[in-house]
Amino acid sequence: MSNAVREGVLPIAEAHPWRFTTREPTPLARLFDNKTFLVVMCLTPAVGLLVVFLTYPLGLGLWLAFTDAKIGRSGVFVGLDNFDSLFHDRIFWLSVTNTLFYTAAATVGKFGLGLWLALLLNHNIPFKSLIRAIVLIPWIVPTVLSAIAFWWIYDPQFSIISYLLKAMGIIDYNIDFLGTPWHARLALVAANIWRGIPFVAISLLAGLQTISPSLYEAAMLDGASSWARFRYVTLPMLMPVLSVVLTFSVLFTFTDFQLVYAITRGGPANATHLMATLAFQRGIPGGQLGEGAAIAMAMIPFLVAATLFSYFGLARRRWQQGEADE
Amino acid sequence: MASVSIRGIRKSFGSTTVLHGVDVEIADGEFCVLVGPSGCGKSTLLRMIAGLEAIGAGEIAIGGQVVNKVPPKQRDIAMVFQNYALYPHMTVRDNMAFSLKLAGAPKAAMDERVGRAADILGLDALLDRYPRQLSGGQRQRVAMGRAIVRDPQVFLFDEPLSNLDAKLRVNMRAEIKGLHQRLGTTTVYVTHDQIEAMTMADRIVVMQAGRVEQIGTPLELYDRPANRFVAGFIGSPAMNFIDGEVVENGFRDQGGAVWPLPPGAEPGRPAIYGVRPEHLRLAEGGLPMTVQVLEPTGSETQVLGHVGGSPLLGAFRERIAVAPGEAIGIGADAHLAHLFDRDTGQRLLT
Ligand SMILES: Nc1ncnc2c1ncn2[C@@H]1O[C@H](COP(=O)(O)OP(=O)(O)OP(=O)(O)O)[C@@H](O)[C@H]1O
Ligand SMILES: [Mg+2]
Repeated sequence: MSNAVREGVLPIAEAHPWRFTTREPTPLARLFDNKTFLVVMCLTPAVGLLVVFLTYPLGLGLWLAFTDAKIGRSGVFVGLDNFDSLFHDRIFWLSVTNTLFYTAAATVGKFGLGLWLALLLNHNIPFKSLIRAIVLIPWIVPTVLSAIAFWWIYDPQFSIISYLLKAMGIIDYNIDFLGTPWHARLALVAANIWRGIPFVAISLLAGLQTISPSLYEAAMLDGASSWARFRYVTLPMLMPVLSVVLTFSVLFTFTDFQLVYAITRGGPANATHLMATLAFQRGIPGGQLGEGAAIAMAMIPFLVAATLFSYFGLARRRWQQGEADE
Repeated sequence: MASVSIRGIRKSFGSTTVLHGVDVEIADGEFCVLVGPSGCGKSTLLRMIAGLEAIGAGEIAIGGQVVNKVPPKQRDIAMVFQNYALYPHMTVRDNMAFSLKLAGAPKAAMDERVGRAADILGLDALLDRYPRQLSGGQRQRVAMGRAIVRDPQVFLFDEPLSNLDAKLRVNMRAEIKGLHQRLGTTTVYVTHDQIEAMTMADRIVVMQAGRVEQIGTPLELYDRPANRFVAGFIGSPAMNFIDGEVVENGFRDQGGAVWPLPPGAEPGRPAIYGVRPEHLRLAEGGLPMTVQVLEPTGSETQVLGHVGGSPLLGAFRERIAVAPGEAIGIGADAHLAHLFDRDTGQRLLT
């Protein structure tokens, strides 16, 4: 029986003369209820921005790639000439392999360490929020600033790494980090990993936090070791987030420019040029706008392939989408 | 199968103590229900049996072996969680087979066991679905299937029915009970629903605020509640409590009405008189009960009103036609009456 009756309380409606009324919607409210108006209204700014800041530069780049434009002179259409000469250009191919190596090595490193950090931060560890804040630092520092820091870290004379290794008696000479091709490549990969970890770690941490703790408890009772819990619960549940983060990370790394250009400028002797830095090098300081644009365009197939792979290969999960996918 | 012994268990989270020394002996094959109001520590106790929560003090033994230091996966228990905790990325089949797979069972054994569990629970047609494609009741069944394929020593259930609608809950109640009768596995079942406890349990442990109030069979708890809390908690609708004192010929409430009491209580003692609504009967010329609200349910009529100054609820087999404000005569029986100490709430009559 209701409490109100039991305790002799008056019904709510008798408490005060105020009443609910349905108000007529204002003309403005009615306008915003109109779906067509709303769609146009909401899409116009977005589409406008896309056209101005994305489609136009992309279209211009595409056009330039088929011309022999130089700085100060608008070029004429030359068909596939730019691509043809790139095809026979050893430095271009070196930049392609460099980019692939750089992307692969840095991605593996970022995901290995980022996932490890995320798993760590997902546990109850002391000073959790402090550590979380620290993890974000590499991402907050402007790239160029961190590149300068790395420049010093990798300096042939004043490198702190060489200094420490010497102090510990492991080596007795300074390592020339940026002077030899493989040292330079690995040094850049390390810098990129350092810079990319926060994004991976924080995104994966967000993904980890959506996994219900009771799943781990159930797995524990089902007899799963901590490795089995990771393998059969964490990893598959994290896959949707992981694949999105992976796609973004691959795209960002593949198109990386700032870090490499600020640390090595593509040197020594073009050994560390990525496609992006080579495109810039040829196009702006070198003045060959057409050729630079062609190099930039050559990146597109790789990017599309990476996106499609992650979209079809990783992101679609039957257990998330249910019958619609069968 | 195994017995479960809980001895002197205490647990604190930070500065709040959640369990203040709990002792329960659960026999091999018994269906034991932990029941109590929300927040009394039932889940915490269950999770300690499972090994998901560290034991503060005291010890828990399963099958005679103290398991305080044994990790959950070696305790050989299966648990059905309140939210079912099905693996969303595995089909029903894989969910049920997961523990077998981890234990390295051969494919044939896995198929056979999952097949049999699916058979028992009526899940055959759903084996290739994912949890999100199932209804609440089906998920509940998969969670049970996952528990029974393991053939564990002990089943633990944490409010497995609380997410289901009333009708399904009644069905699943019977199903779980039937399953226990077939498998005979020791079961510890947590609920805050006393009807669930009464209908399913071999033995009920009533808890409140981290303490055990009483342990007994459902009828023991109903007939002879050890204190006022258990008396009010077990039975629906809840027992009526009337404040007053013991007199020569019974119990006199504050309005002066005298209620029948069996002999044995010392006269002059202030106390609380307890009588269940279903134990009141209509009696021409009995105690006058002023009616406030009538609730006919078809099989019975519930009458809310008061006698003297004490509010009272009666449940009568008869159909009653009186208007609110009028009085009916009611009577109680001495052998169905309960008496509790006013201060401690302890049962006074033996
Ligand atoms: N991890 C925790 N940290 C702090 N306090 C907790 C924790 N887990 C439970 N508690 C507290 O312990 C008490 C008992 O909780 P428990 O979950 O065992 O209650 P319950 O009897 O299962 O209740 P319900 O019927 O609502 O599930 C509650 O007061 C709760 O606030
Ligand atoms: Mg609970």
